[in-house]
Amino acid sequence: MLHIPLLRQGQPYRSLEVARLPHYSTGETVVEVSQANAGLIRRDLLDQEAGRRALAAFSVADLLQMCAHAAEHFMSDALPVGEEAQTPDDYVRQLSATTGLPHVLVRKNMEKIRGVLAEMGNVLDGLTRSLDLKILDAGFGEANGHALSFYPRAESLGVVLPSNSPGVHSLWIPAFALKTALNLKPGSAEPWTPYRIIQALIRAGAPREAFGFYPTDHTGSGEILRHCGRGMIFGDTASTAIWKDYPGVEVHGPGYSKIIIGLDRVDEWEKHLDVLVASIAENGGRSCINASSVWVPARGAEIAEALADRLSRIVPRAADDDQALLAPFANPKAAVSINASIDQALEQSGARDVTAAHRAGDRLVTWQGSSYLLPTVVLCETPEHPLANREFLFPFASVVEVNQEAMLDVMGPSLVVTAITSDQQLIRRLVASPHVDRLNLGSVPTCKVSWDQPHEGNLFEHLYGRRAFQHTGAA
Amino acid sequence: MINEEETQEKRAESSIENLDAWVREIIQWHFNPATGCPFWLDYAERLGWDPRREIQGYGDLGRFGFFQDEWLRGGPVRRWVPRGFADRPVYVFETGGSTGVPKSRISVEDFRVDYELFSRTLPSEFFPPGSDWLSLGPTGPRRLRLAIEHLAQFRSGICFMVDLDPRWVIKLIKMGQPKMAEVYKQHVIEQALTILRAHENVRCLFTTPKLLEALCEKISLKKAGVTGVFCGGTEMTPQFHRFAVEELLEGAYFAPTYGNTLMGLAVHKPRRPGDDYAIIYYPPGPRALIEVVDPDDPERVVGYGETGRVRLTTLTREFFMPRFLERDEAEREPPCEHFPWDGVRNVRPFSRLQANVVEGVY
Repeated sequence: MLHIPLLRQGQPYRSLEVARLPHYSTGETVVEVSQANAGLIRRDLLDQEAGRRALAAFSVADLLQMCAHAAEHFMSDALPVGEEAQTPDDYVRQLSATTGLPHVLVRKNMEKIRGVLAEMGNVLDGLTRSLDLKILDAGFGEANGHALSFYPRAESLGVVLPSNSPGVHSLWIPAFALKTALNLKPGSAEPWTPYRIIQALIRAGAPREAFGFYPTDHTGSGEILRHCGRGMIFGDTASTAIWKDYPGVEVHGPGYSKIIIGLDRVDEWEKHLDVLVASIAENGGRSCINASSVWVPARGAEIAEALADRLSRIVPRAADDDQALLAPFANPKAAVSINASIDQALEQSGARDVTAAHRAGDRLVTWQGSSYLLPTVVLCETPEHPLANREFLFPFASVVEVNQEAMLDVMGPSLVVTAITSDQQLIRRLVASPHVDRLNLGSVPTCKVSWDQPHEGNLFEHLYGRRAFQHTGAA
Repeated sequence: MINEEETQEKRAESSIENLDAWVREIIQWHFNPATGCPFWLDYAERLGWDPRREIQGYGDLGRFGFFQDEWLRGGPVRRWVPRGFADRPVYVFETGGSTGVPKSRISVEDFRVDYELFSRTLPSEFFPPGSDWLSLGPTGPRRLRLAIEHLAQFRSGICFMVDLDPRWVIKLIKMGQPKMAEVYKQHVIEQALTILRAHENVRCLFTTPKLLEALCEKISLKKAGVTGVFCGGTEMTPQFHRFAVEELLEGAYFAPTYGNTLMGLAVHKPRRPGDDYAIIYYPPGPRALIEVVDPDDPERVVGYGETGRVRLTTLTREFFMPRFLERDEAEREPPCEHFPWDGVRNVRPFSRLQANVVEGVY
């Protein structure tokens, strides 16, 4: 049986406690994943200095070089997964088997990860606003005639990861290039990607001590976040709530990403339909950067109908079908619960499942033994309707018609807003809004990411502090 | 010549005979108006049959149905005091109680008897008679408050106590205050460190798995002179067992236990190569029995090696608790050399999966 061990400062450790990950369709065990007990994690984290020390032996330039090599290893090499070798094709099949993600989407995410590794210099350039990275090696230096000194805020970065989409792993990789050791808790159904990234970096020459890999339970996750100097957690509202005010932990909860069409552009909505569809449905609708609602000041019903027409053409296909866009639910109960939750909300007046008329049967379908939720567009008459601002793990979007003046006040926080408008007043309000994290002005899909831009906080600033610094040269 | 298997079989048969005799004795006591407690005497009046006549062995206890833990919540607690102990000092111990009314159990001598029996299983090499103890864990309304101290005294030692209030820890976590829970844990650990540094004769430690981990993050047990660790109070997994042996204990003896205020103390079968750090407990028969039953048909005991829900029965003169369905599950373990009755392997919380709607993707 394929087994994924823990990595304790890079050294494999086989736990007596394992999680058996089933194939989403057959239910057969695909892999056994060692589980770390919380005390073991805490004990390892007593010596985080080892990881930092190992990375300090390299310059940032060296680490960027390693990232570039790792990009190729990740894409092309057979890399260790436990005691076995995992080819890129194995990785695609295995990841698909435990998450349901179609092969074509896995490959797209692979390409994202490759891109971030290969372009790590540009990523850091964006995050540090073109800082001379030698300053991080020396700890101080000069830029534009000003003395600068940065200090690491933590020995390591602890990350509690999700299972929804492999692309999310692009967000923590820059920490390695920023000389920060990593302690990762993978998503329960997706240990594959972080393990493979670590192995690609090790093959590229990265010191093993820089990596902790701890599949674990809720308690173990908490230990990672509490005891690494800096942390990131990805999860649903319930699991991330307690970390909202915890110093040093960045919370990546639901995105509630949106598309806004201004009154000045709403009559040309058909021109932007492809962008709307892509924003909602790309990557199986499984990312926090997928749009989960479309906010318009007029013509909501027409837009909802057109979206429903387009999205209802997306149907379940085989995992290895290149046209596959929809992922089955690895846990069928989750699909049943989400479906029931939507139906229950629709019982409340003021909302209509527009896609219902475009599909032959129910939203929840079983196809070749697996559970799928078919793309769903709900037209909401008011922003107060419980479905107006929801996010689910499949292509789901509400279309909300609301007065443009009131729009920003009622639409709540958003990870991504794509604003299709030239209305300067609306743009000024969006730019000034503390509730908009990533802002795309123009017809840009919400899920189009520019990796030199920060994501829910700037990782460099999360990991490094700047101190006041003066230097006479005689120290 | 009698081989080992036959010997074990004979011991098992004799233990069943002993158990049945013990059941009859206990039933006579609890359902005798002169010695029984008001709860069971009232209960018997409603039965329509006389337990003293009709319960002749352990198998007959099924006629009582299942003991309901709700019976132990709230008062009057004196309804549980057997009339036979009317003139004795009575203790009350609680279990649960993080929310709502805790379960209460009265005790007179049982905690002493249980811990004296347990004492026999502790190797003197690692728990030296005359050495002192540190009890680092829950005290307050729990039996441990007196039991550990009695164990130390029974072994001619003195027991230092550091208290941890688990109800407060649970409340802090529910309040979304994990940091405060951590601060509280460190407060507890600091007190333990002070004692270990100030008192050289402490060789024996009682603590919970989490506090053992936390303590070992701050101090080497070996350097502190601790040679025996008695661990209990919460679930222990084989992985924790291995982690403790390989990375925390530095050669100290590890005695994991399973038990609660209602049952007593089940001891761990000594670890052997090949056990793979499985934690196998045997109850203190015939005073208490543990069975593993089918969760959907709790009348049915599952086969050896099979998983099921834990069913406890307590049979002492102080407390009669037939067939209580515990909130734990385990594998059924066959009798062994030291214990000619069933044991349980790898006890953990009993859980049936509930479907939850997850809000959001991430």
